[in-house]
Amino acid sequence: MASRLTTSNRAGWGFALPGFGLIALFIILPFFFAFALSLTNQRLVSPNPTEYVGLQNYGDLLGLAVIELEPERLDDGSIDRDADGNARYPRVRSITRSDDFPQYSGMREWFRWQSGDNARVVIASDVVFMKALVNTLTFVAVVAPVQAALALVLALLINQKLRGINVFRTIYFMPVVVSIVVVSLLWRFIYDGNDGLLNNLLAGLTFGAFEGRDWLGDPSTALGAIMAMSIWQAVGFHMVIWLAGLQTISPTLYEAAEIEGAGRWQTFRYVTWPGLRNTAVLILIVITMQAFALFAQIDVMTNGGPLDSTQTLVFQAVERGYGRQDISGGATISVILFVLVLTISLIQRWLTREKA
Amino acid sequence: MAMVSADNRPLRLAARYAVLLLVATIFVFPLLFMVMSSFKPTQQMLADTASLRAFLPVGDLSLDNYRDAFARAPVALFVFNSVLVTGLTVLLSLAICSLAAFSFVYMNWRGRGLLLSIVLATLIIPFETIAIPLLLIVSKLPWVGLDGLQIGWLNSYRVQIIPWIADGLTIFLFVQYFKDLPGELIEAARAEGATWGQIYRRVVMPLSGPVLATAAILKFLIMYNQYLWPLIVVQQESYRPVMVGLGYFFQLNVAWGEVMAYLTLITVPVLAFYLVLQRAFIASIASTGVKG
Amino acid sequence: MTRHLLTTGAALALMAGTAAAQTELSMWYHGAGNEAESAVLNAIVDDFNASQEAWKVVIESFPQNSYNDSVVAAALAGNLPDIIDVDGPVMPNWAWSGYLQPLELDESALDGFLPSTIGRWDGEVYSVGLWEAAVAMVTRRSTLQKYDIRVPSLDEPWSRDELDAALTAIKESGDFEYPLDVGMAWTGEWYPYAFSPFLQSFGGDIVDRSTYQSAEGALNGDAAIAFGEWWQSLFDRELTPGTSQDPADRDSGLIEGKYAIQWNGNWAATGIIDAFGDDVLFLPAPDLGEGPVIGAGSWQFGVSATSDDPDGANAFIAFMLQDEYLRAFSDAIGLIPSTASAAEGSKYYSEGGQMAVFYDLSAEQSLVRPVTPGYVVMAKVFEKALADIANGADVADTLDAAVDEIDSDIEANSGYGHDG
Repeated sequence: MASRLTTSNRAGWGFALPGFGLIALFIILPFFFAFALSLTNQRLVSPNPTEYVGLQNYGDLLGLAVIELEPERLDDGSIDRDADGNARYPRVRSITRSDDFPQYSGMREWFRWQSGDNARVVIASDVVFMKALVNTLTFVAVVAPVQAALALVLALLINQKLRGINVFRTIYFMPVVVSIVVVSLLWRFIYDGNDGLLNNLLAGLTFGAFEGRDWLGDPSTALGAIMAMSIWQAVGFHMVIWLAGLQTISPTLYEAAEIEGAGRWQTFRYVTWPGLRNTAVLILIVITMQAFALFAQIDVMTNGGPLDSTQTLVFQAVERGYGRQDISGGATISVILFVLVLTISLIQRWLTREKA
Repeated sequence: MAMVSADNRPLRLAARYAVLLLVATIFVFPLLFMVMSSFKPTQQMLADTASLRAFLPVGDLSLDNYRDAFARAPVALFVFNSVLVTGLTVLLSLAICSLAAFSFVYMNWRGRGLLLSIVLATLIIPFETIAIPLLLIVSKLPWVGLDGLQIGWLNSYRVQIIPWIADGLTIFLFVQYFKDLPGELIEAARAEGATWGQIYRRVVMPLSGPVLATAAILKFLIMYNQYLWPLIVVQQESYRPVMVGLGYFFQLNVAWGEVMAYLTLITVPVLAFYLVLQRAFIASIASTGVKG
Repeated sequence: MTRHLLTTGAALALMAGTAAAQTELSMWYHGAGNEAESAVLNAIVDDFNASQEAWKVVIESFPQNSYNDSVVAAALAGNLPDIIDVDGPVMPNWAWSGYLQPLELDESALDGFLPSTIGRWDGEVYSVGLWEAAVAMVTRRSTLQKYDIRVPSLDEPWSRDELDAALTAIKESGDFEYPLDVGMAWTGEWYPYAFSPFLQSFGGDIVDRSTYQSAEGALNGDAAIAFGEWWQSLFDRELTPGTSQDPADRDSGLIEGKYAIQWNGNWAATGIIDAFGDDVLFLPAPDLGEGPVIGAGSWQFGVSATSDDPDGANAFIAFMLQDEYLRAFSDAIGLIPSTASAAEGSKYYSEGGQMAVFYDLSAEQSLVRPVTPGYVVMAKVFEKALADIANGADVADTLDAAVDEIDSDIEANSGYGHDG
């Protein structure tokens, strides 16, 4: 709509400048600072001079290779198998720690698969980073759609004209007002493996058939447990944004739909949903950003464990930059994260673009 | 709210409330746990976590945890600091970000698209990843105060406020909302010769209740829960906010009862803020029913 | 210090009138929220401020779990106080980085101090501690009697087999949730402090201490792998709670009877004595092959490199080193006094005192953590490796990865200033 108005360069800049100036000084400048750091060997704390190292930090994080392991053979040439009939392979460390293969030095097994008699092993120079990357993407892929959908369901639920609906609205919103650090502390009691509330509740509901689980201590459930808690905590906020969107839809449209005899689903499909376009874009982007920034829950609840099953990119960036005093390594992760999210949001924008 | 929707047959109504209540229990139980625990001695509280007793005011209840929490840490000071920093940041942020969004949506100027893209790109940068560079920057910034020129912003309220005023998300919230406002209103005002400042103040802002409330809540939550930033820029207790104060309670043999009391205390201002805003929020929606 | 602090200080001094001559010395301490500890420290500071005209010490306390982050951030921003307290193993890092300057104390000032309470780096003394800490196997005499387990002594600690047999016997009885609690809930410095002695008792170490240039062999050699297998078996056999242990159980599990034996520090001893009385036993570390070992080195005091008044800072530290103050800390929170003369006459550590055994443990079995600026990173790497092994990761691969990480960190820091 702005295009139809006259150009007003000076006023336009004037209005945008305070906000943009602050962002430039306190977000963009430090980010470029971080980018510069990622090209050096700077430590957080060190009397040694800083040196430019080019893309070495990126290589140290992203280095990948595939090696093929042949099974061990017995003297008669047959494959050496263990009691279960699985072939025995030489240990990966016999290659990565051997002087014969300097190109693989310092790398570690990430995962492997079977290819005929041989095993193909993907080795990475930074397995923890790779796991953090996969976990973060998994978290986003699950949390973004589920949380957005649940928030919309809640918003529709709370958008009814009922006596006392405000009380429910407030209750649904309550987890949002409690700090995520506090929430994480509370949920540690709930997820506790011995006599945690969740275990006792599930045991009660199944009349004792459910055996307790160590939700945060088991690599197969830890990330899921954190996802569930994160959704629980944040869904109320996105409910409020959906609600704001719902409120902008004119009541006359609903009246018209009712006169036309539209059912509930049709009303939603043809009246509500089209009216929520901008809100939907906003929510999807906001949730995606917040999901990529996953940090506090990990820091309080699992420290990235067990067995790296809850490592995330931001947690690793902080752990390296501060904990291990490798500020250039931490900055490198930040830059990779930035590029990754930028790519994803450009795709999102393209997918949700307004059709001309 | 006396008017009730068309199908108010008692059974359907009861079913609706049942669903609402069920969902409500899911959201309320950890907080109920926090509040109830704050009245119980630590030993009892830990024993109660195994059962539904965790949510009930049963056993040996007292205000001892609150008394001990006040003795252990200057709780009132921390809450004051947090409320002050949060309040000022929210106000400044609403003003400056809405102004910028107004310019991005309604005004036509060279570089607008590029600048907006840059602002949106900053959404992607998690704060944790720029904290150290930002620390180095603020420690060198000048400030002219009552006692003349100073270098370095550490140990102050301003270092906790100014870097947080403008952010991509708040601007984005306003931009998305402004796009939905009827453009004819602005064009009509322009035609009548109103200045941009007048349009912003008299036309757009009065229609922006919902987005102001949403942006205020979001900013409030971010600011009130600050931890990493004040930890590294504030060394004096007199400027510490509530989340840094939480550390005072994690000593050997954590007194969980006191922790729960402290958590309850620091949650009260946020809840109060939300309740106040919610009323404003509802009122503003009611008054802008003309849109669409 | 910042101008702000100075002006505030000056204003206060003007108001106080008479105190105008005192130069302010700022001091940072890690005990925010710990009332007993703060009371002792404040009393010492008051004594010092009243004892002379030249200086006035002002304390700023920080929560312990974020103290190191606060100091590093302040150092980066050029905002350190005059006097800093520093955890013993971290001191070389701060000295090497230029946060600390060597102490200037009289030769005689440190006579009689336990060696591990004196922080030395590069031939200089940078920090000194008023107390030491020690770790022991804490249990009840009645528990050991019930399962017919021998009470070990300093001269004859449990062997590895004996320890295993004892834990298995208790486990099989089903009387406890776990026979042993090593404290996996205490993440952070507790891991290297409490668990690297087990590795050392097997004959391994976090780093090769002859050069401090590599962990190869020390942390992934045969001894280290044997340690790792043993460590993993503690969790596989459910002899001890794993990384998801509830912190509240760590604090109270022994007293509540969930655990039979607990690997715990003297700072937690007073509560256990209150609960068990004379039945309590503080037992020496087991001998896992190469002799029993416990960790050493606690919090110490140093002078920041940027202090405007190092004379005053040194004067205060010298003032603190009086037996009376060592005793005050010990009596208030159960810490081991740094000198034998202070231990004499203290509440817990005098001849026949309930915790005197810790003094002997400290003197007989203790080994400081690697004295190198790289320790800060090694500690993190070691912590992760032990958590991963406890959770079932392959022992040799995990230790190899830890070695790679430590070695590349040492290389990235050009050897951390060790000569040769």
